Amino acid sequence: MEKVLPAKDRLLKSNKSGLNGELRGKMLVILCAIIMISATISITIFLGTKGMQSFTKNGISLIEFLTSTKWNPTDKASPMYGVLPFIFGSFAVTFLSALVAAPLGIGGAIFMTEIAPSWGKKILQPVVELLVGIPSVVYGFIGLSVLVPFIRENVGGLGFSLLAGTIVLSIMILPTITTIATDAMSSLPNHLREGSYALGATRWQTIRKVLVPAAMPSLLTAIILGMARAFGEALAVQMVIGNVRDLPSSILDASATLTTIITLNMGHTTYGSVENNTLWSMGLILLIMSFAFILLIRYLSSRRKLR
Amino acid sequence: MNSKAADRVATGVFVAIAIVIVTILVGLFFYIFVNGFKYISFDFLTSPSSNVRAGGGIRDQLFNSFYILFLTMLITVPIGVGGGIYMAEYAKPGKVTDLIRTCIEVLSSLPSIVIGMFGLLIFVNTTGWGYTIIGGALALTIFNLPTMVRTTEDAIRAVPRDLKEASLALGVTHWHTIKTIILPAAFPSILTGAILAAGRVFGEAAALLFTAGLSTPRLDYMNLNPFSEQSPLNIFRPAETLAVHIWSVNTQGLIPDVNEVASGSSAVLVLSVLVFNLLARWIGSLIHKRVTATK
Repeated sequence: MEKVLPAKDRLLKSNKSGLNGELRGKMLVILCAIIMISATISITIFLGTKGMQSFTKNGISLIEFLTSTKWNPTDKASPMYGVLPFIFGSFAVTFLSALVAAPLGIGGAIFMTEIAPSWGKKILQPVVELLVGIPSVVYGFIGLSVLVPFIRENVGGLGFSLLAGTIVLSIMILPTITTIATDAMSSLPNHLREGSYALGATRWQTIRKVLVPAAMPSLLTAIILGMARAFGEALAVQMVIGNVRDLPSSILDASATLTTIITLNMGHTTYGSVENNTLWSMGLILLIMSFAFILLIRYLSSRRKLR
Repeated sequence: MNSKAADRVATGVFVAIAIVIVTILVGLFFYIFVNGFKYISFDFLTSPSSNVRAGGGIRDQLFNSFYILFLTMLITVPIGVGGGIYMAEYAKPGKVTDLIRTCIEVLSSLPSIVIGMFGLLIFVNTTGWGYTIIGGALALTIFNLPTMVRTTEDAIRAVPRDLKEASLALGVTHWHTIKTIILPAAFPSILTGAILAAGRVFGEAAALLFTAGLSTPRLDYMNLNPFSEQSPLNIFRPAETLAVHIWSVNTQGLIPDVNEVASGSSAVLVLSVLVFNLLARWIGSLIHKRVTATK
């Protein structure tokens, strides 16, 4: 009974606490936003300074690091730190897998939006979502136990090869490309299609001459996002690519990428040693590339807005 | 006639592409489940793994995966929902909001191995903890945060404006409106998004290699004191998760039954992710029905 306060006090009290709660709530969500900003900035700063150490502290020449093809950090007399083969490997698997996955992904998107919008979407949409859900190590494991022996027996070489890495990555980036390409195609205004059909164009002519050019910036964004994912993928590629330090001369040769060398060597090199520092420099290259991909996407979307 | 023939050929090609995509998925699932289910048994799920002998199970790895997932979500969900509320309700168009958007974009496009390296630098070396569960959970938080923020922002933006305006018109303050009107209305979408994100976290390995480590100490499941070395609940112990286990037995394992262990683990992993996805859909529609009172 004694808990019932007079209306005057009650109103005053609730008003006060309400204002406090208001401020507290706003502070709370602003704090969350600050956490995100600080996480991004600290990742950039910490990885940036750590990645520069092999040039500033260990005196490795940046030019040699980026252009030499000789990688032999464990040689006592004259250790060599050229990462060009790995940079080449990263770009090679990225471009080759985009080359395979882009036609498949965009074709799948066109199938879903233009050829069979009703039942095609019902089948392909869940398929794509399930493909996203498969973890990358599982892709790597299947690549290792199915693809590598298959290539060894039917195509040639060791099996561990650029080709195996390319195929695994193509399947991994296929859902990314398909999803974004489908959104791009289905957001095209319908009067484009109707206008083209009214002029007597066939469906293929409409797709090729009207719809694909109109959706081009978004389709390119889809491909670049897929490439960004391929460039940064580590474990699945590492399991199938063979990890040798020489430049590959054909797609059946074993190779290595920046991510696979980091994955392999980070665990068993001493923290702070020169070899370990070069791994951080490779990580910095990955970070810079991921910024580059973002800039590229920004450029494409600004072009899309201008039209 | 020529263009009609071309049209027919093109249609055939698109159908073929669709068939290829479906075949890839069916083939993958067929391989994972047919090969994996043979090796899944009660014994496989409940016995500890072995480094050298055959017949090891995945008990500790399975527990570690769920424990790290739990801790990650415990940290991510409040921060992510808070960030989403800020972006949807408080952020005004301008430089600061653009900066935050850029940050979210950068975080979400970072390769997971780079996040793992950052985790190694900060949570392992700088803090001096070594490989720990909490280090892994924090690295996964960075990995998961952008998804959570976007999910929350989209969910809040999808809440009808009328609800918010009616509440504000009744004199309820902004924060109180968010707490009592907007968040409950956006809850089903946020929950669905969180469960989907959980599936992604569950299968992540690259960010955990250098943060939670490749080993698990001998665990005593009767010991529930979180500060004891052998307790499974200790957050300052190294922990190999299921996804990391698949990688490590394949690349540096010495056990003779690599294929059995990896197949079984892959099937368990994919099955778990699948359950997360189905659960997300099911709970989402269930809550949606209850909240909107539709049948």
